[in-house]
Amino acid sequence: MPDFNALLNAESFIELGARARVRSLLDEGSMHELLGPFDRVKSPWLQQQGLVTQADDGVVIAKGTIDGQPVVVAAIEGEFQGGSMGEVSGAKIAAALELAAEDNRNGIPRAAILLLETGGVRLQEANLGLAAIADIHAAIVDLRAMRPVIGVIAGTVGCFGGMSIAAGLCSRLIVTRDARIGLNGPQVIEQEAGLDEYDSRDRPFIWSFTGGEQRYASHLADAFCEDSVEAIREQVRLGLADNSATPRSECHEFFLGQLARVGQEQVTPEQVRELYSTLPEELS
Amino acid sequence: MEILEFEFKAGAPATQRCLVGCVGSGDLEVLMEPNVDGVLSVQVTTSVDGSEARWQNLFERMFAESLYPAMKLEINDFGATPGVVRLRIEQGLEEMGHA
Repeated sequence: MPDFNALLNAESFIELGARARVRSLLDEGSMHELLGPFDRVKSPWLQQQGLVTQADDGVVIAKGTIDGQPVVVAAIEGEFQGGSMGEVSGAKIAAALELAAEDNRNGIPRAAILLLETGGVRLQEANLGLAAIADIHAAIVDLRAMRPVIGVIAGTVGCFGGMSIAAGLCSRLIVTRDARIGLNGPQVIEQEAGLDEYDSRDRPFIWSFTGGEQRYASHLADAFCEDSVEAIREQVRLGLADNSATPRSECHEFFLGQLARVGQEQVTPEQVRELYSTLPEELS
Repeated sequence: MEILEFEFKAGAPATQRCLVGCVGSGDLEVLMEPNVDGVLSVQVTTSVDGSEARWQNLFERMFAESLYPAMKLEINDFGATPGVVRLRIEQGLEEMGHA
């Protein structure tokens, strides 16, 4: 029987909005938001297409400290347009990472934390969103050589499209059971591969392949924790303390080699775990 | 999508600004800022076309009941029901210490 009191008293991270998530991770009173909603730097494209904009374009950027260490946190609001990356929201994250790298070159050891809840590029902004995502990728690779770039996928949107590549580039990736990671979202796969192969309404099936627990078990995420502010904060602390691990993307040959062993038949989640169970020495 | 403007009588200017809500399904975001003395102005951008009378009725009912602080309200609405709109505005007032 579950411990109901523990469940009732735990402070859920998933239930928080983007701004509250940022505040919950930073040292009290240290949060300093950049390009906040009252600056009204929002998408110039959505309104032209008859869509309501959000004053911060769905991304919260804030400088602050965690245990006194300088960090910048970028959080995507998954409720707004599925957390999609447009020209402005994408540029905000890319610039935050680039400025953090600049801080490091000027002697301020600023790390970055990305709270990812996104379906990927915002289709209404097409190439401008994709270009911003490419900037984010480049900025993560640049910064992670100096200080950790920690990704958190708590759920419930998950992290898809080009932003799943961003997640894969992070120094440390933290997931919960509600998280999902995938290059293509379930409905896109169903549309392309057919219902027989991939039923996007079959939630246990979807989570068995793309869910946080499975991604952790198959070594595509570094930490798996419960949905609580305290648990996420603890995992972020661990990530800040140690930047010595080889980034997963440096071991792409191992992952590609294992993928090449998969044949035409549908594999099971257990087979996927087995496939990625023996890690190369750098990653284990 | 429609952009609507409203103006009502108000009391002394609000002393702070505040943001509540989110442009998510069935929700809205409200940016609340101090305005000139005695004026409560509202700009609504809503995804629901043809809803002007509903907003007018809702605001008349709210702002006639009691004198609200003078504010500029910018509302970005994604299909919130009148009950949700009212809760969000009251949440903002509470956060600003006017409740």
